[in-house]
Order: sequence, then structure tokens, then C-alpha cells
Amino acid sequence: MPVVLGFEGSANKIGVGVVRDGEVLANPRRTYVTPPGTGFLPGATARHHRAVILDLLQEALTEARLTSQDIDCIAYTKGPGMGAPLASVAVVARTVAQLWNKPLIGVNHCIGHIEMGRLITGATSPTVLYVSGGNTQVIAYSEHRYRIFGETIDIAVGNCLDRFARVLKISNDPSPGYNIEQMAKRGKKLVELPYTVKGMDVSFSGILSFIEDAAPRLLAAGECTPEDLCFSLQETVFAMLVEITERAMAHCGSQEALIVGGVGCNVRLQEMMQIMCQERGAQLFATDERFCIDNGAMIAQAGWEMFQAGHRTPLSESGITQRYRTDEVEVTWRD
Amino acid sequence: MAEASPDPALEAEALAAARERSSRFLRGLELVKQGAEARVFRGLFLGRAAVVKHRFPKSYRHPALEARLSRRRTLQEARALLRCRRLGIAAPVVFFVDYAFNCMYMEEIEGALTVRDYIQSTMEAENTPQSLLGLAERVGHVLARMHDGDLIHGDLTTSNMLLKPPLEHLNIVLIDFGLSFISGLPEDKGVDLYVLEKAFLSTHPNTETVFEAFLKSYSNASKKSKPVLKKLDEVRLRGRKRSMVG
Ligand SMILES: Nc1ncnc2c1ncn2[C@@H]1O[C@H](COP(=O)(O)OP(=O)(O)OP(=O)(O)O)[C@@H](O)[C@H]1O
Ligand SMILES: [Mg+2]
Repeated sequence: MPVVLGFEGSANKIGVGVVRDGEVLANPRRTYVTPPGTGFLPGATARHHRAVILDLLQEALTEARLTSQDIDCIAYTKGPGMGAPLASVAVVARTVAQLWNKPLIGVNHCIGHIEMGRLITGATSPTVLYVSGGNTQVIAYSEHRYRIFGETIDIAVGNCLDRFARVLKISNDPSPGYNIEQMAKRGKKLVELPYTVKGMDVSFSGILSFIEDAAPRLLAAGECTPEDLCFSLQETVFAMLVEITERAMAHCGSQEALIVGGVGCNVRLQEMMQIMCQERGAQLFATDERFCIDNGAMIAQAGWEMFQAGHRTPLSESGITQRYRTDEVEVTWRD
Repeated sequence: MAEASPDPALEAEALAAARERSSRFLRGLELVKQGAEARVFRGLFLGRAAVVKHRFPKSYRHPALEARLSRRRTLQEARALLRCRRLGIAAPVVFFVDYAFNCMYMEEIEGALTVRDYIQSTMEAENTPQSLLGLAERVGHVLARMHDGDLIHGDLTTSNMLLKPPLEHLNIVLIDFGLSFISGLPEDKGVDLYVLEKAFLSTHPNTETVFEAFLKSYSNASKKSKPVLKKLDEVRLRGRKRSMVG
């Protein structure tokens, strides 16, 4: 009955989670929120994480009703992500592992999302849409790898949404994506935006530059409201995401779709994906913000799988890496 | 009460009737596959073996976006298939396009196997990609000719290439041109190859040598391959260098 403690801090969220055999015992999280019109910078984000990580650790152990002796393994995010925040969290993971004399495991952040999604939803062999601030990938498992069938050829969908929010000075609290989603519910008019799909790949940079350029003009002329822009952006980029997911499902003959990553808690995206799945007799799996958005439990869960499969990360290899592709990891814990 | 301009109500009625006729016709056909874009049926069209590709409305998309995309793609697909014939690339003959219903009637490639299934069964039987190198070379030739003719496929995968019997002749037929467009830019051709590379290697584990053989054949056969392969490298690098935050 191994208990794994997971540390996540690759972007502006920091979380510490505890998982015991598929059961999430604790999963507290804090978010570094910046003023409207601004994004989070690596140094400031790392300072935020350093300031709260020990409180979070204590909180997680208390909530799980465990002490350090009950922990069997320490998992932490090795990458991908921002260097400074990753490093600030890895230092704590390494220190704790040595203090408590526990094995350490470096986890690929994307794999953490996938394993958490599989655990929470029970999806067995899904086509995965992984959508977040830094990643947009369509993934399916075969022969010991999570293979990337499609991805963005420029910026991630979450990045596109966040930067659009900055143009409109939409609040970053709790997240730009959440506020865009609320505003989009009041939008009515569909503004025509570029729609760029290339097979199972997508591109968002054209949409972003179009809207950055057109938004001030359209708003000043009273041709549409900020709500209409949020609505149009969501309808367009989500249609692209559903389309590439469906293309991968058709190509792989898959009858399950799983959405993971921060953008995945958007209810409109889930709704669109649900309709697509229904129309092809497939099943959709999705989770809510507790598990979609970066959290410690997802790192603990992937760490748990790796621990059971015999993985260990020696101290000499316990660094971080800003770029770490999903398909680099050999998935030894699945058939 | 004579009307000078056509009555919109009557026009809508005529459109609805045409749609009803088409959908009645499709109901009599055999559904072969529900792809990502369309339902593909098999049947007879004026006595010939035909495949009918129907881009039915996707209700997850906003109606305005849906109408724009389905129409554009049906049009692009028909145009590209015609261009293939002009370029001497094997592709199904278009019999008829129903733009009111976004439905395309084309020649059925009888007894065809997708390149995807062919590679998969070869790998299962032989466990080595050795015997696939000839196929890779043929694909290289076909795509070089397509790109030299400034046709970008837009959705290159091994599902969208058919092998026409007899299979050992390795006659490749290209299909599924809904995302295609005309461009002479090396960037567009490079992205086309990049999309294929990812789809190819993720679908067919342990076939890196096959893809290399394809690229080699492409670069030998194409008159304009140099800048295209340079772009391919650039696009790959962009992918690897992209910061991945969040
Ligand atoms: N002309 C044809 N002759 C024989 N079989 C065909 C023909 N056209 C299509 N098919 C079969 O139908 C399948 C789907 O066709 P196509 O790729 O055109 O549809 P799609 O919905 O666009 O697919 P995708 O999922 O790739 O978007 C093909 O993989 C092939 O097996
Ligand atoms: Mg196809």
C-alpha cells in the first residue's frame, strides 16, 4: 500500500498531493495571480512558490492524517515548464526526500495529467486531448509510449486565451480562462476568425494576432461587445480542438475521449466534445477543476505508477528540464 | 402579386426538397466508415461503383462556422481531386458534387486497403520494416509530384493513402482532400510533411527507417525539395523549442 507525496509547480500553480493506491488523500493548491493585463514571470512565480510550499506540505500531511513516516516515495515535476518555478519546487522535493530518507521520482508533467485523468474517470484506453497554458496535444497510447498524434504548431490554446484576456484587460482571478468562459455565456454574435487546422495539428497564432489587431477597432466601432469576442474565440478554438480529437479517434479507431489540462475544465469545451462523441457512438471522460488544473495529486499518481513499476530517480539525476516531451517517457507501467 | 425576385420561402423549400432527396438516396447505401469529417457510403451511381462522402452538419460547431467549413471543404476536395488528375496523380474520379448537401460522389477504389492497414499487417507479420522501403519510395514520388504541382494535401496520414489491388504493385491512390489548398510556399509544403511525419511515426512504432526512405525519395523526386526540407527542419525545431508552461 504505497503512499506517494507529489510536488507540482511548473507554472503559476503550486500543489502538494498525497495518493495511496488510487485514493487522493489530500491535494491542496495555491495560485499566483497577477493583475489584469499582465502575465506571470518566472522569478516572481518562483518567489511565490517558495513562500507557500512548506505550508502546503504541512496542510497536505494534516489533511491526509499522515506523518513523514507513512510516506513511501516523493514525486516531483521534472518538466516541462518554467525553469525557476520548477527548480524552486524540485529543491524542496530533494530536501524532503533526503531528510526523510525516501526514494525520489521525477515525473513528466504531461504524463501526470494523463494518469490523473485515467484514475479519476476510469477511462481505459482513451484518445487524450491535453490542453493547458503551455500545451496542446492529442495523444494516444501504444506500445509503451504516449504518442503524440497532433499538437499545436505554434502557441498553446491556453496561452492564446490568456493573451487575449490581457488585450481585453480581463481579470486573472481565478484564471483568465475561467473569466473568458463566464463572459462568453453572454456573447451572441459570432465574429469570423481564422480557423487553422492541419490534419491533426492546429495553429493559434494567426487567431491571436488577428484578434489583437481587430478587437480594439471592432469594440470602438460598436460592432461587437467584449462578450461577443470571448464567445467567438471560444467557439472557434474549441471547434478546432474537437475536430483534431475526432480526427485522431477516427484514425486510431478509438471510442473514448479524455480531456485533461487546465483548459479542459471549460464546460463549453466539454459540452462540444460530448456532442462529437455522441455523434460517433463514443464516450467522453472529463474531470473538474480540482484535477484538470495543475495539482500535486497528479504528480503523486504518476509517481505511484512509476514507483510500483520500479522507477527511482537518483539524486544525481534529479534536476529539472524546461522541455520534456510526452513521448520521451517509456511507459513501463502499462501493457 | 407577381414577385420580381425569387421568393426566399420558395427557395428554402426547394433546398429542403433537394436535401430530402439526397438523404433518401444515402439511406439506401451502405455506411462504410464514419471518419472525422464525414460519413462515407458505398453504392452505385449511374451503374458505377461509387463512394459517397457526406459532410453531415457537426452539431458541436456554431451553425455559421459549420456552414462555412463544410461548404469550403467539399469545394476544396472536389477541386483538389481534379487537380490530381491533371498532375497525373492517382486519385478517385469525381462523379458529382451536391453542394446543397455537402456531398461528393466519386469512384470507388475497389478492393483498396489503406496504407495504414498495410503497414500495420506487414509489421505484425514480419516485425521489421525492411519490406516497406519500396512502399516508402513510391509515396515519396507521389507526394513530390503533388507538391511540385503546388497542391498541399492538408491531412497527410497513412489512413488517407490507399493501395489499389494488386497490392504488390504498390499503386498509391490519394484521398481525403478536404483540408487541401493550392500554395507554392515551401513553408506550407514543409508543414504538410511535418504533419505526415508525426502521424506516421506515432501510428507506426519502429518505422523510423521507412519515413527516412520516404524523405529521401521525396527529395530525389521533387525539383523543389531543398527549401521544403529546410522548412521541415525549421518547423520541427519550433516544436522542440516551444516553451511549455502550464
Ligand atoms: N474512393 C474511395 N474508394 C474506396 N474507399 C474509400 C474511398 N474514399 C474513402 N474511402 C474509405 O473511407 C475512409 C474515409 O474516407 P475519407 O478519409 O475521405 O473520410 P474522412 O471522414 O475525411 O476521414 P478522416 O477521418 O481522415 O477525416 C478511407 O479511409 C477509406 O477507407
Ligand atoms: Mg481520412
